[in-house]
Amino acid sequence: MGRYFLKRVLGTIPLMLVISFIIFMFVHMIPGDPARIMAGKDATLEEINRTRQALGLDQPLMKQYLMYLDRMFHGDLGTSTTTGQTVAEMIGPRFLPTLTLAGCALVWSLIIGVLLGVLSAVMRGKWEDYIGMLIAISGISIPVFWLGLVLIQIFSVQLGWLPTGGLDNMQSYILPSFSLGIGVMAIMARFSRSSMLENMKEDYVRTARAKGQKESMVVLKHAFRNSLIEVVTVAGLQIGGLLAGSILVETVFTIPGMGRLLVDSIKFRDYPVIEAELLLFSLQFVVINLIVDLLYGVLNPKIRYES
Amino acid sequence: MSEEKGALTVPQEEQALAPRQSRVKAFFIKFLGRKTAVVAACFIILLVIIAFLAPVLQPFDPATPDYDAILSPPNAKHLFGTDEYGRDILSRLLAGSRLSLSVSLSSVTLGAGLGAVLGILAGYYGGWLDSLIMRTADVLLAFPDILLAIAIVAVIGPGLSNVIIAVAVFSIPSFARIMRSSTLTVKQSLYVEAARSIGATNRSIMWKHIFPGTVASIIVNFTMRIGTAILAAASLSFLGFGAKPTEPDWGAMLSTGRNYLGVAPHIVYFSGGIIFLTVLAFNLLGDGLRDTLDPKIQ
Amino acid sequence: MAEVLLEVNHLRTEFKKRKGKVTAIDDVSFHIDKGEIVGLVGESGCGKSVTSLSIMRLLRDTPGEITNGTVLLGGKNLLELSDKEMHAFQGKQMAMIFQEPMTSLNPVMRVKEQIVEAIRLHLDMDQAQALKHTEKMLTQVGIPDVQQVMNSYPHQLSGGMSQRVMIAMAMSCYPELLIADEPTTALDVTIQAQILDLMRELNQKNGMSILLITHDLGVVAEMCSRVIVMYAGRIVEQADVETLFAHPRNPYTQGLLASLPRLGQHVDMLPSIPGTVPDLANMPAGCKFAPRCKYAMDICTKEEPKLVDMEKPGCKCRCWLVEQQMKEEGKA
Repeated sequence: MGRYFLKRVLGTIPLMLVISFIIFMFVHMIPGDPARIMAGKDATLEEINRTRQALGLDQPLMKQYLMYLDRMFHGDLGTSTTTGQTVAEMIGPRFLPTLTLAGCALVWSLIIGVLLGVLSAVMRGKWEDYIGMLIAISGISIPVFWLGLVLIQIFSVQLGWLPTGGLDNMQSYILPSFSLGIGVMAIMARFSRSSMLENMKEDYVRTARAKGQKESMVVLKHAFRNSLIEVVTVAGLQIGGLLAGSILVETVFTIPGMGRLLVDSIKFRDYPVIEAELLLFSLQFVVINLIVDLLYGVLNPKIRYES
Repeated sequence: MSEEKGALTVPQEEQALAPRQSRVKAFFIKFLGRKTAVVAACFIILLVIIAFLAPVLQPFDPATPDYDAILSPPNAKHLFGTDEYGRDILSRLLAGSRLSLSVSLSSVTLGAGLGAVLGILAGYYGGWLDSLIMRTADVLLAFPDILLAIAIVAVIGPGLSNVIIAVAVFSIPSFARIMRSSTLTVKQSLYVEAARSIGATNRSIMWKHIFPGTVASIIVNFTMRIGTAILAAASLSFLGFGAKPTEPDWGAMLSTGRNYLGVAPHIVYFSGGIIFLTVLAFNLLGDGLRDTLDPKIQ
Repeated sequence: MAEVLLEVNHLRTEFKKRKGKVTAIDDVSFHIDKGEIVGLVGESGCGKSVTSLSIMRLLRDTPGEITNGTVLLGGKNLLELSDKEMHAFQGKQMAMIFQEPMTSLNPVMRVKEQIVEAIRLHLDMDQAQALKHTEKMLTQVGIPDVQQVMNSYPHQLSGGMSQRVMIAMAMSCYPELLIADEPTTALDVTIQAQILDLMRELNQKNGMSILLITHDLGVVAEMCSRVIVMYAGRIVEQADVETLFAHPRNPYTQGLLASLPRLGQHVDMLPSIPGTVPDLANMPAGCKFAPRCKYAMDICTKEEPKLVDMEKPGCKCRCWLVEQQMKEEGKA
């Protein structure tokens, strides 16, 4: 168990290095001279050269990468070329809205998705199953931004029940988190259905029935408990998708979060912000994957009691 | 009940040995039994025909503005209404089907080709090549499609051709993974061993024997990926990184239509609805194909 | 005469397939007395498992459906019970153990949880009492380190140990009937003997009846007082163990016995029955064994023989040839 943990935690370090290197190279591949961009439009040649030296751009590539890493470790994410603020200052207040949005979306989509999947599995081949899976495949196919707009049109413009965007109160989260979660709900429904169907075929389910256990308990206590390990794993992996989906949803609902900042910074070619955003998003995915891996270890007795 | 399981696996081997024609026939009989997949297939065929015939079918020129009919709701003249320049939405949607289908088809084909080659190489040769390719694929797969696409577009710049590249890149890992695992399975099976024993070269083994054995999973993934690609391309266009607003792209139409949501919601309804239906059709078809071609993966 | 515990009459189970129904078992009738061990033998695919699952009503989630017959346990027809009433029988009056003990235990539940679950479903005990009872049952089935096993997860146990746990669980509510579906097939030979000894001991001590399903006639000879032979979903012969081994009547039984290795008999190759069990969807008309039978006559391919009583009480056989022989003997 301890070794499993250690292995997973240490395994993320090279992964993060590789990702940071890729992002670093990405930004270096961008056509144009970053020193010229950073120094500003009216900079003289001397100023540009000074900026180049200050940024260490005259150093060999590997050295630049190491310097970049060093800066990252000290929390120095650079300065925005559009606002002049430090990147950390810009990202800081946008962290929470995105996480709240993703969190709300995760909670409802997990509950509804798993419920739908389990019910469909139990009702296999009946019309309930059919409807459930139709909902699920529609949820996978629907463009989130379109769903968001349709919801705004119905609930905000026509009915006037909910705000069209922004983040004034908790109500503002309802429509965005519904739009954001729909895909995850669908994936969880499909996954938990197939996982339940798999497990319902297992020998131990027959054993449980042979004990005289009633069907609902056979489903919940035996089959579902086995599905749960896989469901948690898959659910964890959806968090990454939610964070990425927030890019679209935040744009639709004009929510000042990480996703919209990324879109804006790409539009203004604000490379320090793009670089930092990509790195932070990656870091989130790696950390989430790690947590999921560890959780899997905790839930699965075969790993928990590894000799 | 173990006898039952045994009985189910035998016919599959028989199927593999059956002559090609009867296999195709068996596939069609099975596929036609899945009604939703058949409906989806019909929808896609219709869409392809529309894409080909769009210049003939469209009632108006999709680019010509009509300032007398700005943002008019659906009516007898403009069945789906008009946009902010008075351009006919139906005509633009028809023209957009060409864009959407060609963008998604070309990007997924590109991704599938590259992914398939990488996957076969990884599975067939193994060793460091395998680790390198598959670890990279793992890292890419860990990232949500849309973020990867946005990151790529952020670097190489916006535009439809760059969208194709971005979508192709994120399609590569899934194909590589499928190809690799299929290659590993096929590699161990009898007929490849037989081929090797009669002196077939690596290359001919890979193309003549391994590739046909993986066609089923590739077709399934290809179909599903088209849906994902349409969604991703539309998302990029919606964010303003894809098609230019002047182009009759579904995602771009949705993006501009957003500004007129209060006064002319039909723009958003129609352009988004067609994206939804198209993606849904490809996903349903993919599901149906998977169930008929490859009952193992579910 | 001994008291009858289980009586199965004309049981038929059909499997729904995409192209209509196939009959998995048909006209299965037999009984088990109190305290008796009855063997149910036949090649795999003969419907032994389907028979046992039908009796236990465990066909849910299989394409199987019971379409005819009665299953009387203590005089009560189990097939007429509601699901809820049936749950009171499953695990209480009748319990079952399976071929694969390793996969028959829930991998994410500790051993004690799984046994306590069975106990608390049927016996009026609280958690602490049930744990005590679990300990007692595990000791009874010969598990040495009871505390450790109770806290183990199934993957930490060996196959033999898992089957002991399964037996302890099955025995925990003192059932009158234990159905053991190939309980030792997946186990090593030495473990096999131990498990069989354990079952016999429990049978003698508790007076519990056992329906022992196996394809191994050696196991039958060792354990059972009576034997039922199944072929292609039908009972083809039924007799006490001595009669069956000494004078098998049905050609199928004869074939099975001929394929057994015997002590002190040297043969280069054991004879086996040619051919295979027919596919359920493709059953021959007439006697199902006819295509593989060296005595097959005209009538055998046309009409299915009935299960008829033999001279010796309790012995039955389904074979045209045997019927003919009996008629001739009767005339003579």
